[in-house]
Amino acid sequence: MPDSASPGPSISRDELAHLATLARIDLSDAELDHLAPQLSVILESVASIGDVADDDIPPTSHALPLTNVFRDDVVVPGRTAEEALSGAPEQEEQRFKVPRILGDEQ
Amino acid sequence: MSDLITRTAFELSEALADGETSSVELTRACLDRIAAVDGGDGDAVGVHAFLVVDEEGALAQAESADARRSSGQALSPLDGIPIAIKDVLATRGLPTTCGSRILEGWVPPYDATVVSRLREAGLPILGKTNMDEFAMGSSTEHSAYGPTRNPWDLGRIPGGSGGGSAAAVAAYEAPLAIGTDTGGSIRQPAAVTATVGTKPTYGGVSRYGLVALANSLDQAGPVTRTVLDAALLHTVIGGHDPKDSTSIDAPLPDLVGAARRGAEGDLTGVRIGVVKELGGEGYQDGVLARFQESVDLMVAAGAELVEVSCPHFVHALATYYLILPAEASSNLARFDAMRYGLRVTPDGDPHRPPSAEDVMRATREAGFGDEVKRRIILGTYALSSGYYDAYYGQAQKVRTLITRDFEQAFGHADVLLSPTAPTTAFELGAKVDDPLAMYLNDLATIPANLSGVPGISVPSGLADEDGLPAGVQILAPAMADDRVYRVGAAREAMLLAKWGGPLVPPELVEGLDQARPLVEEVAQQPSRDRGATA
Repeated sequence: MPDSASPGPSISRDELAHLATLARIDLSDAELDHLAPQLSVILESVASIGDVADDDIPPTSHALPLTNVFRDDVVVPGRTAEEALSGAPEQEEQRFKVPRILGDEQ
Repeated sequence: MSDLITRTAFELSEALADGETSSVELTRACLDRIAAVDGGDGDAVGVHAFLVVDEEGALAQAESADARRSSGQALSPLDGIPIAIKDVLATRGLPTTCGSRILEGWVPPYDATVVSRLREAGLPILGKTNMDEFAMGSSTEHSAYGPTRNPWDLGRIPGGSGGGSAAAVAAYEAPLAIGTDTGGSIRQPAAVTATVGTKPTYGGVSRYGLVALANSLDQAGPVTRTVLDAALLHTVIGGHDPKDSTSIDAPLPDLVGAARRGAEGDLTGVRIGVVKELGGEGYQDGVLARFQESVDLMVAAGAELVEVSCPHFVHALATYYLILPAEASSNLARFDAMRYGLRVTPDGDPHRPPSAEDVMRATREAGFGDEVKRRIILGTYALSSGYYDAYYGQAQKVRTLITRDFEQAFGHADVLLSPTAPTTAFELGAKVDDPLAMYLNDLATIPANLSGVPGISVPSGLADEDGLPAGVQILAPAMADDRVYRVGAAREAMLLAKWGGPLVPPELVEGLDQARPLVEEVAQQPSRDRGATA
């Protein structure tokens, strides 16, 4: 949690490395050095909205007030396997071929 | 160089209907123009609006259009008029890169609904236009394929993220283009290139096949040289789509009728609200001067001026730069090297082949540019445990307050006005290393995306200090897109009357048969007409 005694919100290099892992991006050391202060500056400027809205203001996730847009439960043609696989980096037997998913410990 | 390329889409539709020209001739003229100005030539730089040009496909589609017309079966008023499409929309058979390396060479197996509708209306597709990577940017400098240049000054940015579409239209490479707008990416390029661009009401145009940046903010819309052309194009692409669960299930208002009515120039009974918070400090003097002129001219045409205050708009930028990265970080998670796009397999231990996670990390590191990485990380942070309420949660509440400001303002005014962008086109490289400075370009355009209201940018003239284009933004309540076309058309008619014709980029006037000496006059007139200013 943000430390109330610290000067303002910021992202440390370690935090950035953790976020990069969450985001599945293998940031280089140079990027970690370069991005952390840049992101801290941006974060500081956007954190200003923290005090703007009272607790009783409802959040808006979507400008258009729609709920539960359904279609009839009817089978319609989908994409062919060929179309779906057309961008596949690797394929085998009409399936996407991917690197091993399970880690060493599993 | 054919004069066909300087005509508006509406003029061309009449020329096609009259048999004065053919779609093949017109498409050929556009392709020739693209060949002449888009690529560099030795030391000379080109506009670089296009990432891919489909000469063969466009000409074949043009031939079909001509065959249809000669048998009296034109599909629409715009049948046969070529169009360029921002590279963020899926086009079957044509590469769709979103300006990113991670989708380099990816050819979609399907068309976006917007693209299907263009095909069904008979418009030949010239190619795909350049953009900031995944639509994140205000200058088109964040494209992985090099920037697009502003036809008004090739050393300057064309705006972003849809700089390619705006530049293509401004440079007469295409009479029409499609853009997308998440925080101003249609409107701001329009302002800095003296073209017209509309962001429809959220939900007004289908997002199916529009590679998502922020689902709650994205909209596709028309990029044109005139308001009537924008209304015609918007009518083709807009309307409910069952494949997009966020599209509005109601007919579009009569946009073309509104544009025609507006062009008559009478704004009697229209209440125009100038938003206090969208102007003043941070806005270039010349931009403000042209804006004030726009307001004065509208009042002279019968409009009633109201000053409105939207106090939470000062928080719009911060709200947007929390909500957008959050949604983007989620949307861009799909680029994981598993099913499509780039796959980078890192070197590793020969006894331990790389895992899927290793491949994802290496691919996304290699495939995404700096701005995309910044925003994904920021979004990941804002959504992560412990920070969600303080950042994303708070931003959603401020979004509610911004929407309430709009509702309140529209209680006093029929449309709201502001300058579209704070400055004219800045030089390439001037802001690319300063993210916050870049984000400020979206000051005036962002509120409309947060609340889903429609907005148009119409040229307001050239700024005195640098002779570069500025735009005036007109906003209307959600679903009232016709109002932006009516008032936009009226403003445009006043501009045409004042200058004797549309604004033409000086750098590209040479080679056009229809030479318009307008430009020299335009450059001199402002200081003559103005009272005492800098």
